[in-house]
Formats: sequence, structure tokens, C-alpha cells
Amino acid sequence: MKNRLKKLTSRNEPYIFLVLLAVCILIEIRSGQFFSPNNLVDIASAMIVPGLMAIGAFMVIVSGGIDVSFPALASLSFYATTKLLLDHNYQGGVVLPFLIAIGFGALLGAFNGLFISYFKLPTLIVTLGSSSVFKGLMQGALNSRQLAVIPTGMREWGKKALFVAKNPVSGLTSRMPVAFLVFLFALVFAFFLLRFTMFGRGIYAIGGSEVSAERAGFRVVLTKFLLYIMVGMIASVAGLIRVCMMQQAHPTNMLGMEMNIIAGVVLGGTAITGGRGTLLGCMLGTLLIVIVENSLILIGIPTSWKSVFTGALIIIGTGVSAYQVMHQGKTRSSKGKKQEVAQ
Amino acid sequence: MNKKRNKLVVDRHMFRLIVMIVAWMIFIAFTRFRKFYNLVNFQTMAAQFPEFGLMSLGVMLTMITGGIDLSVVGNANLTSILMAYLLINMTDVAGAIPPYAIPLVFFLAILIGATLGIFNGLLVSKAHIPPILATLGSGELYTGICMALTKGNAVSKFSRTYATTINNRLFGLIPVQLIIFTIMALLVWFLLSRTVFGTKIYMLGTSATAAKFSGLKTDTLLIKTYLLSGIVAALGGMIMLANYNSARADYGTVYTLQCVLIVVLGGVNPVGGKGKISGVILAIVLLRMLETGLNRFPKISSYYISLIWGGVLILVMVLNFFTENKRVRRKG
Repeated sequence: MKNRLKKLTSRNEPYIFLVLLAVCILIEIRSGQFFSPNNLVDIASAMIVPGLMAIGAFMVIVSGGIDVSFPALASLSFYATTKLLLDHNYQGGVVLPFLIAIGFGALLGAFNGLFISYFKLPTLIVTLGSSSVFKGLMQGALNSRQLAVIPTGMREWGKKALFVAKNPVSGLTSRMPVAFLVFLFALVFAFFLLRFTMFGRGIYAIGGSEVSAERAGFRVVLTKFLLYIMVGMIASVAGLIRVCMMQQAHPTNMLGMEMNIIAGVVLGGTAITGGRGTLLGCMLGTLLIVIVENSLILIGIPTSWKSVFTGALIIIGTGVSAYQVMHQGKTRSSKGKKQEVAQ
Repeated sequence: MNKKRNKLVVDRHMFRLIVMIVAWMIFIAFTRFRKFYNLVNFQTMAAQFPEFGLMSLGVMLTMITGGIDLSVVGNANLTSILMAYLLINMTDVAGAIPPYAIPLVFFLAILIGATLGIFNGLLVSKAHIPPILATLGSGELYTGICMALTKGNAVSKFSRTYATTINNRLFGLIPVQLIIFTIMALLVWFLLSRTVFGTKIYMLGTSATAAKFSGLKTDTLLIKTYLLSGIVAALGGMIMLANYNSARADYGTVYTLQCVLIVVLGGVNPVGGKGKISGVILAIVLLRMLETGLNRFPKISSYYISLIWGGVLILVMVLNFFTENKRVRRKG
């Protein structure tokens, strides 16, 4: 029991969960609106796109890298997809758009992956460069501008609701988009991938130590390459979902969200140096950021204060986890190796 | 032997940048000679690049220690907004400011920048937060404070004297912005190559553990580095204030990544321990020339600059891979 408690307190998820709970209760006390059905549904639907992005960012960070190109990648691929379909006057369902977007995503992800895995260049630099390239392709070559009309299939799908939640007091209603299922599916998929496949374990191993992973027989280059392809695919899906949900394609409004996503992932206890982190923590961290971004207005804090809170959260969150790592290191070395082996 | 090779590698990097600049200048000379090669154009360019040039110097310093400073833009904006408020208060009815106002705002800007920088330094050294996250967080925090102060609006309506003074040209020739940049660049150069401090931060960047065990006060060193970065960023903010004649929370948001691009392109190793200011300055000049030159072709969308910029960065890294990492490649 004691051991289990110790294990629990040495992890990040319980803390982040408590903070999350505290924030929710605070908002509930101040506004009485937080736990209303429509607000919960609103938060869930606001979580879809950042959540999907966070899954991708999480996997990259666990592998010891950092990806700042995914919003640009997603923007390019959803814009290209939507434009392509509009040009061909596409009338069909939503499956083909997703397939095309995933295809573009894989291609662009492979671009990142090639430089990162084969040429072994620093991920931050490559993704900085590639985000610049993707932006240039989108705004220069494709001459992007806001598309107010999107293909009917996508529009219908974006409007489709799983269920509608109604606030009994104010009478406001919120739709739970079908896209939430996609998010859940991606989450479950990523969970199994990371936990039960050699590929997933390889990602953790590479993040822990690339050399050791290589020696242990993981195919480091291939794993990384595939990882970036997958991240590109996930980001593109998230981008297309956003287009469907917003009912229009705005090429630049996703740019700049990378920092908040990374912040959420790291808040959830993922080590920025790689090798450590859980999907649960990552989701809790992202949820915290989403709630702070969406619900501050409920307690009367103007939205202009949003960044102050996000920034403070990042600093405090990472400070706590840095402190934990330090603390752990100390207790471990003082108690000797026995404990470590026992764990 | 090793040292000699290192030197060669750095020189190769500089050489490559110079080749790119010369090639671009020749290309422009053949295509848009009169629109590019005139005094006014060069003066404009020299007035434009110091704002992000100064911020790049900050990123460079921190990157040499193996860190990074992503808060430069937040820092610059916060400083310029605070100083804009001060200037508004000092502006009298006639729209004039007292003669001591400009030295005063610069002095205060340096103080604010230093404070914000020390905050970063403390987060990195004492709280042991990885620099990329610490400065990401503090940058967000500074931007947040800007947003909260201004509600997203531009702060202007202060005396025009400030902008006209900074936009002035010494002897009618050299823009004041360029002078500020040159002074800071010389200072950074002096610190890096002529003082013990410089040697120490290169050591720290090469190996933090070794630096610690050889008795360097790594915490103090880091705090000093981030302090310096804060000061140059704040000065960059002051130049932005003059160039736009206003301050706003979201000015220069593209500069964060641009500064990192410049610094890496300038040959600073993102892992730390390597890099020269001359390379960074060449990279700044290259970027400015590319962008201004491209603007001389009205048919080409100016958005292509980001494509070219990213492409150049990746290309340089790949070239580095083929020329420097031969050993690693054979192993892999």
C-alpha cells in the first residue's frame, strides 16, 4: 500500500488531476455553470482538435524530439484537400476528404521524417524549417485565402451531432460533434500502439536513449521515420476536423497553436528530454489548457488574461516536474541501488 | 588537430553564407539593379533588420550555453508597451517630450529587459526547467501580461519625437537603429571572444557537467546569459516601438522562430558550445536581403520568402550533415 502510494505521488498525473479538479470547482463556485451539460459538451468538443494534435506531439516528445511544424502541416494538408475537392466540385461523403488529407499528411510527415531519421538532424530545427516551408507552400504556391464554402459532404458531417446537450437553466444547447468519435478512436489506437506494440515500445526506448535502443535491436531510423509519418497523418485529420466543425477553411488560424499543445503535453508530466510520459497525463494536461482557454470567461476573467494563465501554468507545471526529478534523484542516490532494483 | 578542424568547419559555414549573399546580390544586380542598388534601399534595410537582429543576438547567446530563449519577442513587446505608456505620460499637450525622456526610456527598457531576463535565468538555473520550456512559458506569460495591459489594442498617441529620433540618420547617412545594433553586436562580440565570461559560456555549452566539475558557477553564468539576452531583446523592442510608432502585444510574433532560424543558419550549434557572432550577422543580412530583394518582384508573392527561408535552413543542415558528419554516417 505504502509503496503504491509512493508510486502515485512520484508521478505527475495525480497532481495535474488535482489542479484540474481545483480549476473546475473554482469555476463552478464562481459561475455555477461549469458542470452544466452544455458546458461539458462544449469543452469536450473544444478538446477534439487540440487532443488529436496532442497525441501526435506527445509521441514525438516521448521519442526525444520536439515538433513545432504540425499546425503548419495540418493547415497545408487541409487547405490542399479542401481546395482540390472544391475544384473538382466534389459532392460525395466525408471518407474521401479524410483519405486525401491523410495522404497529404503522410507525405508531409515523411518530409519531416526523412530529415530527422535518416539525416539525424535536430528535430526542433528541422520542424522549424519545415513549418516555414509548409507555410510558404500554402500561402505562396497555393495562394491560400479563406474558403467560406466547403464541400457539402464535409459540411454535413461537421454539423452532424452525436447528441445534443441542453442547459436546463439557460436553455442553451450544445452539440456533441461526430468528430469526437474520431478523437476517441485515435486515443485508443495510440494507447494500444504505445503500450503493446514493438513500435510503441521502440518510441519510448529511443526517447530514453537512442544508442541503447539501437543496441537493443530497435530499428531506430525506421521507427522514427514511421513516427513522423503517423504524426503528420494525425495532425492532418485534426486539421480537416477543424475545417468541418468550423464550416469554413481558414488557412492561418491554426498557426501558432503548437506552443499551447506542447505546453499541455508537458504539463501532463511528459519529460521534454524523452522516454517518459503517459497518454493519460498528456490528455489531462491538454484538457487543463483547453479549460483555461475556454472557461476563464465563466469566472469573469477577461479573455485577454488567457496567456497570462497559460504561461504561468507552463512555468509552474514544468517547475514542479523538474523539482520532482531532482528530488527523486536525490532520494534514490541516498538510499542506494537496492531500492532501484526492487522497483 | 581537433581545434584546427573546428576552425575550418566554422570558416566553411561563413564561406557558405557569403557565397549565398554574393549569389543573391549578383542575381538581383542582373534583374532589378536600379530598384535594389540605391542608397535609400540600403538605408531602409539597415533600419529594418536591427529589431529582429538584436533579438537574434539574445537567442544566440543562450544557444551557445546549450539553451534557447523563446521569450525574446514577449520580452520586447512587454518592454515596448510599458515604455509606450511612460512616453504617453511624459508627452505634454503640445506633443513634445522633455529632452531627458529618450535616454530615460532606454535606461528603463534595459532595466526591464534585464529583470525579465533574470527571471528566465532563475527558471533555467535554479528551478532546473529545461530552457525551451522555461522560456516558452515565460514568453507566453510576458505576452499575456501585454494582452492584459492593452486588451490587444495598439498603444500609440505618444510624442512623435521618439520615433523621429530613432528613425533619424547620423550625418544623414547611417540609421540610428543600425548604430544601436552595432554597439550591442560589438559588445556581445567583445564578451564572447575577449572576456573570461565568453570562454566560460562556451565551456558550459560544450559540457555542463564538465563545466560544473571544473568549478564554474554555472547558475550565475546562466543567469548572466539570460540577463544579456533580456537586455538585447528589450532594445529590439524599443526599436520596434520606433519603427511602428506604437506598441502592441502581437507585434513581431513571427520573430521567435525567425530568430532561431537565423541563429542556426549562422552556424550556432543548437546543442551548444559552438557559434560565432559573425555568422549570425551574416545570416541576418542574408535574410534581410532575400526578403527585400524578393519584394522587388511584385509578381512573386512575398509569402514565398518563408518557403525559401525554411528550405535554405534545411539545405544548410543537410550540407552540414554531408560535410561534418561523415564519421557518424559511416557508423549509421
